[in-house]
Amino acid sequence: MSILVIAEHDNASLVGATLNTVTAAQQIGDDIDLLIAGNGCDAAAQAAAQVAGVNRVLIADHTNLEGLLAENVANLVVSLAGNYSHVLTAATTFGKNFMPRAAALLDMSQISEISEVISTDTFVRPVYAGNAMAKVQSSDSIKFITIRTTKFEAAAETGGSATVEAVDAVTDSGLSRFIGLSSSESERVELTSASIVISGGRGMQNGENFHMLDSVADKLGAAVGASRAAVDAGFVPNDYQVGQTGKVIAPDLYIAVGISGAIQHLAGMKDSKTIVAINKDSEAPIFQVADYGLVADLFEAVPELEKAL
Amino acid sequence: MPAFISVSKSQRYLLYLSEIMSMKVLVGVKRVLDPQVKARVKADKSGIDLTNAKMTMNPFCENAVEEAIRLREAGSVEEVVAISIGAAKSEETLRNALALGADRAILVLTEEVLEPLAIAKVLKAIVEKENPDLVLVGKQAIDDECNQTGQMLSALLGWPQATFASKLELINGRAQVTREVDSGLETINVNMPAVISADLRLNEPRYASLPNVMKAKRKPLDKIDLIDLGLDTANRMTTLEVMEPPARAAGVMVASVAELVEKLRNEAQVI
Repeated sequence: MSILVIAEHDNASLVGATLNTVTAAQQIGDDIDLLIAGNGCDAAAQAAAQVAGVNRVLIADHTNLEGLLAENVANLVVSLAGNYSHVLTAATTFGKNFMPRAAALLDMSQISEISEVISTDTFVRPVYAGNAMAKVQSSDSIKFITIRTTKFEAAAETGGSATVEAVDAVTDSGLSRFIGLSSSESERVELTSASIVISGGRGMQNGENFHMLDSVADKLGAAVGASRAAVDAGFVPNDYQVGQTGKVIAPDLYIAVGISGAIQHLAGMKDSKTIVAINKDSEAPIFQVADYGLVADLFEAVPELEKAL
Repeated sequence: MPAFISVSKSQRYLLYLSEIMSMKVLVGVKRVLDPQVKARVKADKSGIDLTNAKMTMNPFCENAVEEAIRLREAGSVEEVVAISIGAAKSEETLRNALALGADRAILVLTEEVLEPLAIAKVLKAIVEKENPDLVLVGKQAIDDECNQTGQMLSALLGWPQATFASKLELINGRAQVTREVDSGLETINVNMPAVISADLRLNEPRYASLPNVMKAKRKPLDKIDLIDLGLDTANRMTTLEVMEPPARAAGVMVASVAELVEKLRNEAQVI
């Protein structure tokens, strides 16, 4: 088995999801190459070479890869995939964007968001918002797989000594242009890598009130998230969203505040190790997945929680 | 003087207008288990029990249909064609799309449950017949949760893709799309024709009015047998079994914030 992992990075270092993907790759085989594609991404490649279990780091550093447009990344992956039995990437918005394109260009299917490796051709993946787990066997000669990162531990960031080799970048497809990225500025730890997350729902009533969660998050070193209802209501930006359509996370502690617990929200957080729910409605479905439930007015309970920490 | 030079600026503008006015959008819709209904795993673990289950249009497909209709209402599109691939009952989903405002529909009939790659091949065949300027699809189906079809279709067509769209503007024959990505909002500008996959915040889908539901019954709906398209749509994956997810142990209710903090410190040891 030879496995190509497409890394996600910010040019300087690897995004955490890549480390989980390396672990999934190790469960398939031990001949693992990591591809770093980007514009000015040499530092990320050097960091990738340190990751335990990686054999070679392939770097494609080119202006055509600015913005990592799906068309150009997919063409690059297609140019390399023939050397591998498996191509893996994290099921982040980066991975979900280019991976099916690359697979289809080679007339291969894709196995989306696997949560478990059974063998080199058999995997488990959640379906129906995590209400069922499907065990599937693939007959494709190259297996294109995206990884549900919360289901795999992160590989060690150090201890490896991979070689770094340059590969040819592809020509620009000419089909699309990258215009820009607007991120919400935050000093806080990333949602997907935080060990503690406190999220607010529609019960927060407005964006101002999210500052109450910020205060708790500051004390716990936590990230702040939100339900889709809170994002749709305009309380917080979309990158706060935890759920089937937002980020899927599994922190050690997840505190849901004023969140009713719609199926699609539960799909994004129910693998958290410990779940706390604070809601004034004792019938809210969130209590069915909570380890600790507190029926209370969040406007009293959250300030009290902050003081108690 | 050659004729093309004598075309005035205003005439050119009219030509341009007539060109954009004749744009066609193909919008893909999928019939799925209603998102409010909890999926039940069959006792023999062969799949999800859909017997007598409430089915509906995939929520992301609703956003795709809504966007297509809004483009037509804004005058940038002349015709909206809805397409679905599935069993005969998918006609209900297409009638729903017609009631929402699609002009006509195409149903590619098959009893097989096709994988996204096969769906993309079927859609490609229909695109080659219909020649739309834009294909709109939902970013993922809430049943198999693959999130692949739009990307695969654009790959097979050699078109650009704009996935997870939360905003779409057609400017000078190109599509400017804001995409919901993990780190925020990304904007790209793509050539047309293009494939665009809708995220939930692209728009707020409307409800079909009763008169429109009645009218939809008379709108044209073509049926094509999958076999007649002569495509290789064989599945690449075998579902060995479908299992219940591991259940969470029952939790406890706490009476106060103080008790909660005590439990988090001493029992769960997470703070």
